[in-house]
Amino acid sequence: MKLDSKVPSGPLESKWEKHLNEINLLAPNNKRKHHVLVVGTGLAGASAAASLAELGYNVTSFCIQDSARRAHSIAAQGGINAAKNYPNDGDTIRRLFNDTIKGGDYRSREANVYRLAQVSNEIIDQAVAQGVPFAREYSGLLDNRSFGGAQVSRTFYARGQTGQQLLLGAYQAMMRMIHAGKIDYQPRKEMLDLVVVDGKARGIITRDLVSGKIERWSGDAVVLCTGGYGNVFYLSTNAKNSNVTAAWRCHKRGAAFANPCYVQIHPTCIPVSGDYQSKLTLMSESLRNDGRVWVPKKKGDERNPNDIPEEERYYYLEERYPSFGNLVPRDVASRNAKMVTDDGMGIGPTGRAVYLDFRDAIDRDGKEAIKAKYGNLFDMYENITGDNPYEQPMRIFPAVHYTMGGLWVDYNLMSNIPGLFVAGEANFSDHGANRLGASALMQGLADGYFVIPYTIGDYIAGNDLAAVSTDDEAFGEAADASAKQLDKLLNVKGDRSVIDFHRELGKIMWDKVGIARNREGLEQAIEEIRSLREEFWKNVRVPGEAGYYNKYLEFAHRVADYFELAELMALDALQRNESCGCHLRDEYQTEDGEAVRNDEEFSFVAAWEYKGLNGKLEAELHKEDLEFEFVELKQRSYK
Amino acid sequence: MGGSNMTIHLKIWRQEGPEAEGRFETYTLDQVNEHMSFLEMLDVLNEQLVTEGKLPVEFDYDCREGICGSCNMVINGKAHGPKRLTAVCQLHMRNYSDGDTIVIEPARAAAFPVIRDLVVDRSAFDRIIEAGGYVSVKTGSAPEANTLPVDQFNANKAFDYATCIGCGACVAACPNSSASLFTGAKIAHLNKLPQGQPERKNRVLAMVEQMEKEGFGDCSNFAECEAVCPVGISISAIAEMRRDYMKAMFDDN
Ligand SMILES: Cc1cc2nc3c(=O)[nH]c(=O)nc-3n(C[C@H](O)[C@H](O)[C@H](O)COP(=O)(O)OP(=O)(O)OC[C@H]3O[C@@H](n4cnc5c(N)ncnc54)[C@H](O)[C@@H]3O)c2cc1C
Ligand code: FES
Repeated sequence: MKLDSKVPSGPLESKWEKHLNEINLLAPNNKRKHHVLVVGTGLAGASAAASLAELGYNVTSFCIQDSARRAHSIAAQGGINAAKNYPNDGDTIRRLFNDTIKGGDYRSREANVYRLAQVSNEIIDQAVAQGVPFAREYSGLLDNRSFGGAQVSRTFYARGQTGQQLLLGAYQAMMRMIHAGKIDYQPRKEMLDLVVVDGKARGIITRDLVSGKIERWSGDAVVLCTGGYGNVFYLSTNAKNSNVTAAWRCHKRGAAFANPCYVQIHPTCIPVSGDYQSKLTLMSESLRNDGRVWVPKKKGDERNPNDIPEEERYYYLEERYPSFGNLVPRDVASRNAKMVTDDGMGIGPTGRAVYLDFRDAIDRDGKEAIKAKYGNLFDMYENITGDNPYEQPMRIFPAVHYTMGGLWVDYNLMSNIPGLFVAGEANFSDHGANRLGASALMQGLADGYFVIPYTIGDYIAGNDLAAVSTDDEAFGEAADASAKQLDKLLNVKGDRSVIDFHRELGKIMWDKVGIARNREGLEQAIEEIRSLREEFWKNVRVPGEAGYYNKYLEFAHRVADYFELAELMALDALQRNESCGCHLRDEYQTEDGEAVRNDEEFSFVAAWEYKGLNGKLEAELHKEDLEFEFVELKQRSYK
Repeated sequence: MGGSNMTIHLKIWRQEGPEAEGRFETYTLDQVNEHMSFLEMLDVLNEQLVTEGKLPVEFDYDCREGICGSCNMVINGKAHGPKRLTAVCQLHMRNYSDGDTIVIEPARAAAFPVIRDLVVDRSAFDRIIEAGGYVSVKTGSAPEANTLPVDQFNANKAFDYATCIGCGACVAACPNSSASLFTGAKIAHLNKLPQGQPERKNRVLAMVEQMEKEGFGDCSNFAECEAVCPVGISISAIAEMRRDYMKAMFDDN
């Protein structure tokens, strides 16, 4: 396997422009002759589909939900970054780049991250022009707020529903192009396989989630925008339909999977309340602007938190990180929550929670001001927990939130399979070992609006893409394999439900491949995953049949893929003998629990090649060395 | 953990497909924790059904956070159930008592055919947006964001309308199965912003026409839609839509 990042030469600031000047262009009348399959309608997929269609390509757009507007991106709360410098606090593209590279703990590609910062401003322009109702100041101009990992205010937001508003903007742009006849819209279709013809991605196989029909689609390129794989942990903040299936099946067809072990655990989520729990709810990071995180100094202190005097509270983030305080990056905040609860200072019935307290902010700014900023988040909290956060501190705990790992892509966002492009959370590209808040929305939209539309043109113009028919042998083989797998799942007819298996897999992952990892635990995890996977295939019970709407069947094949991915994640975590960003190995930390990187040996992207599955997963590690020409590698410090 | 357990009786609409005849089936669950969400209670039921070798109840959901609009069902006659401003995925069992009977039906409307059990086809909503619910701005052609200030009052108003999650509860609650709240919300959102002005007239004409074509009924001001809307869209959206529609009809410049 050859991994060529195709990063253009020259100064960082001019790489993207130079690239745009040099890539092949397709004339408008030629674009009309080409067909692109865009899988997924989150921020990345909706923006890519709309932009490609506007350029003249014929696009087919697929998603699992009954409408493109319901993609998981809809749930993003806090905001989107851009280097506009409206607050005049000294922000620049360079600074956004620096923060993102540092936030990722120097495990991402400089050139990609710089481009992301460069196009960030255009995203805001685009969204505003679409009618996205961002928050504004009295002047009528756009407002900003701060997010973790940055000392400037560069986050644009639409109350606590930024993802919803940005997605509706992109969705509407897509709907407009459906109206124009340029997008063939296929909701409730799940991609089950990638079709590779003569070494190039030329189509996909889907299952119609209503009729159960297996269908074949051909095109000149495939853009995978299918989101992240956080649900491998069963409990996460991701929507229930989020899955790894599309990406994993591409991996099995030859696409390298990069940095699978980089998983972001978000520090501010509502804690688990019982075994029946089906998902975890995020409380936006923006709350850390005004909320103070603390635990009682006394272990097992069961007093009402409001009765615990100031001197008996441990504001551990403020004390340990005086310059960033409650706004340290997510990985640091999560790790510290784990440390204090491991030490017995956790609160609530499970002891697996800490306080996020707005008392001081309400005293300072008044209840109305806090309500105006966070009203809907406070309501959501009260709805779920039955507690009123205006009167009682919130209880929070870390939860799996985002996956930095994903399919490997080059500077053009193309995987190592020619013609297979990957955008948004599904690729590995910009966040290294840790993503900063408000930068996933930025990346998804950067990829879809401003990168893919150009780089696809370059690929199509530069390759001879003779038409392929869906009758081609490769389509038949892939369609049969998909149908067979569904039959196989239905015919196990065992005793244990899919959810039960998934929950157990999630527990293994959370305990051993979660916030902190170590060699022994990872080795155990690999054994446990293998044996549970074996049991799954012998004892799972999937009700009903394949020929109609059958959610259990959908979940069954997604869980089957998670069982394979889980092993790869553990393998990846095991080979990375260092701590970096969200990947904390107990063996590699300073005395006070800070991550210790090993730049000499691990400054690389781990790109895994699938080699087969035979009781155990066979995977070969390839390394893309990360070269840092423009930033100096430092031990991260938020002290 | 903790929280008290209760027994809940369920009467749920089961229907195998759009053409099939449906019927209510009854079930009893006796370990329902008050901290469970309503959908988690249905998960527990489904696990039980699967163990018994029966088919689980199908229902739509995704985010389980009240934002994606996937979930929609009618509970004891009310879309999204008893709690105001709450989508069913955000409803918790602490709103019920031990021994309660809960009747669950799909969100019925001529324009929302049943797919299976509680799952309905809401693609008509997409087609209404497709007809004109957007600003026609191409990627790359946008002016600098702060060149067009929007006063805070209107920006907030626009947001209030834009927050519609497209769940269809408004349609299910309306005696006429009208989609006016959904359609009006998008029209009002874009009307409040300068970006929405150039296409204002065509938008309202196209969207209203599409709404009628899909077989949604007319609005007779029952306001049931506003009462069940999980995000509190105001029926002022409908007034706004009507005003614009009349204006657009009679203004032919
Ligand atoms: C609760 C929450 C809050 C967040 N808040 C923020 C925030 O404030 N700021 C920020 O920057 N980021 C935030 N994030 C992260 C961010 O929302 C996501 O990373 C981002 O939206 C992912 O977008 P995407 O387009 O890559 O994928 P998604 O939005 O996940 O979309 C995936 C799409 O792919 C489709 N799909 C998946 N698999 C298949 C398949 N097999 N076949 C066909 N279609 C398929 C789905 O139907 C969907 O349309 C948040 C995340 C969560 C969970
Ligand atoms: S499941 Fe998303 S709104 Fe209810």
